[in-house]
Amino acid sequence: MAENKNGINRRNFLRNGLWAAGLTGLGAAAGFLSRRSSKRNTVWQIDPEICIACGNCATYCVLEESAVKCVHAHAMCGYCRICFGFFGPEPLDINEGAENQLCPTGAIKRTFVEDPYYEYTIDESLCMGCGKCVKGCKTFGNGSLFLQVRHDRCLNCNECSIAAACPSGAFKRVPADKPYLLKRVDIDKNNTAGRTPASSQTFYGLPKRQRDRFGAPSNGVDRA
Amino acid sequence: MIRFAYIIIATAALLFSSGAASAFERFPPPDFESGYQQPSPTTPHPRQDIYEYIDVVVLLAALGLSSYLVLRWRTRRAIFVLMVLSLFYFGFWRKGCVCPIGAIQNIALSVFDPDYAVPIVVMFFFLLPLVFTLFFGRTFCAAVCPLGAIQDLVLLRPISIPEWLESGLRLFAYIYLAAAVMFAATGSAFVICRYDPFVSFFRLSGSLNILILGVCFLFVGIFIGRPYCRFICPYGVILRQLSRISKWKVAITPDECIKCRLCEDSCPFGAIRAPTAEWPAHDYNKSKKRLAFLILLLPVLVFSCGWIGFTLRPVTSRVHDTVRLADRIYLEETGKVQDTTDASDAFRATGKDIKALYADALDIQAEFGLGGWIAGGFVGLVIALKLIGHSLRHRRTDYEAERAGCLACGRCFEYCPKEHAKRKLAKETVGKS
Repeated sequence: MAENKNGINRRNFLRNGLWAAGLTGLGAAAGFLSRRSSKRNTVWQIDPEICIACGNCATYCVLEESAVKCVHAHAMCGYCRICFGFFGPEPLDINEGAENQLCPTGAIKRTFVEDPYYEYTIDESLCMGCGKCVKGCKTFGNGSLFLQVRHDRCLNCNECSIAAACPSGAFKRVPADKPYLLKRVDIDKNNTAGRTPASSQTFYGLPKRQRDRFGAPSNGVDRA
Repeated sequence: MIRFAYIIIATAALLFSSGAASAFERFPPPDFESGYQQPSPTTPHPRQDIYEYIDVVVLLAALGLSSYLVLRWRTRRAIFVLMVLSLFYFGFWRKGCVCPIGAIQNIALSVFDPDYAVPIVVMFFFLLPLVFTLFFGRTFCAAVCPLGAIQDLVLLRPISIPEWLESGLRLFAYIYLAAAVMFAATGSAFVICRYDPFVSFFRLSGSLNILILGVCFLFVGIFIGRPYCRFICPYGVILRQLSRISKWKVAITPDECIKCRLCEDSCPFGAIRAPTAEWPAHDYNKSKKRLAFLILLLPVLVFSCGWIGFTLRPVTSRVHDTVRLADRIYLEETGKVQDTTDASDAFRATGKDIKALYADALDIQAEFGLGGWIAGGFVGLVIALKLIGHSLRHRRTDYEAERAGCLACGRCFEYCPKEHAKRKLAKETVGKS
């Protein structure tokens, strides 16, 4: 069969038509997606109000040493002599002996400030993000210790392995220019400095109903 | 000492029993007299946006260079070098994230969830290889994709597998694509990222299961060329379709094919097709009948596979957190299990309505029902089209790289005597001048 090499035959016509259709389709997709896209990059972060300090952060991160570390908001700290994030686990038998320290890696440093106050600081190189201190501080203390994704370590995986294993849905995507959800720094003014209001963030994209799954208890709904 | 502890416990217990779920100042921060300065938490910044854009530029450059090497330069060695460079940049340096394969899920989510805005960098990662494939064929697979590159490196003893088996195994990639889009669109999980077999090599850490999976893939990859690319990769099946209609394509020979058969076995991916024989006349009517039957079968397959997808919704929807949680809470409420989990404890601590949770879970399950129809229907359509495709004959007069399956790796170039003749000619011309 003699084929006209440059001219139109059925096959070439079909192919060119499909190619044009493909290009148009990609163009349309690009147009649609650019309307839906955001120039702001996002990173993973833990909402400390929702976090239950279950300990998954220490084990589920793809990094050998988790990207999640404990952060201490000193402005919220009571500087207690007996800190429940530092000592444990039997509150009634507490003495200040080293064997009663809660942190498995000794990452919390306790230093005397003035009577009767003690300062607690985190050595991030030792912290593994297990959240034991967070749980103690949250349950009995002011909750000034909390877990955060440290962005000098985080690889910003498309799907965070810890987020997938988080039982309380505390992981969310936050804008990269406001990468931390710190607990309120200035408690006296009762404002939310350093903390982006949760409602204004673009999340990882979990549907709305799940997103507020562990949010504030809704008012007026009687509990079953 | 002990009394002091008791006071603390009593205070703590009092405050705790008052029903406050979230912590507040049980112990007011002290006013220091010694001039002590409070430290504030450090906030190391994430990777700057500019680097993300640099990634896009590198991707664009790699795609352009790869296309040039495959279609103009035509040497396997150059393509190989670029492939190794891409492996180091996108794989080991950027730790394999974000990649175009995973970007499918971000795109699917942004289409179905109006609240999710896909980062523009991810959009570029998804679209650029598609555009290049539409023009130049699968040059992304050839030398840009780190997942392809790591498999290409271990391909030492390629064996060929029969076409029907290849086509059958490839069905898994379509199912994977449909499932990944469904799970991403419902906001359940990014399964492509979760089960990326090579990412633990790129990061040199990760879970043991994924590491074992990766080792298995690489071991199989010694004998069967790029098993992930050919049978699993959900992005690959999109690229296949675009490559079918690409403007330019890989040519084995730079000149006219002399049917010497030297390139016949050169492709480890089974993408080289031999010239077809004449079609015997007595087969013709039988084939026509078979084609008619398959076309009638198409709607049946689409419907039945869709129905299977729909029926599987109690299983598939359990990938979603809320459904899993609702299941668990239901078991606990009805006394079928005694203990609680972290997730159910966390849910109860919020004091949210259990009935609302059940309603949410049912909503999500309904979404999975619809998703199951669509995903299943898609898979049924693919099966039907595959059957139809196999019963059509394409006339070929030369040895050709099949458009869809050719990964543009450039291995066949060196097998063509015409290529050698051309290179020698070029060398002589250069020598003379």
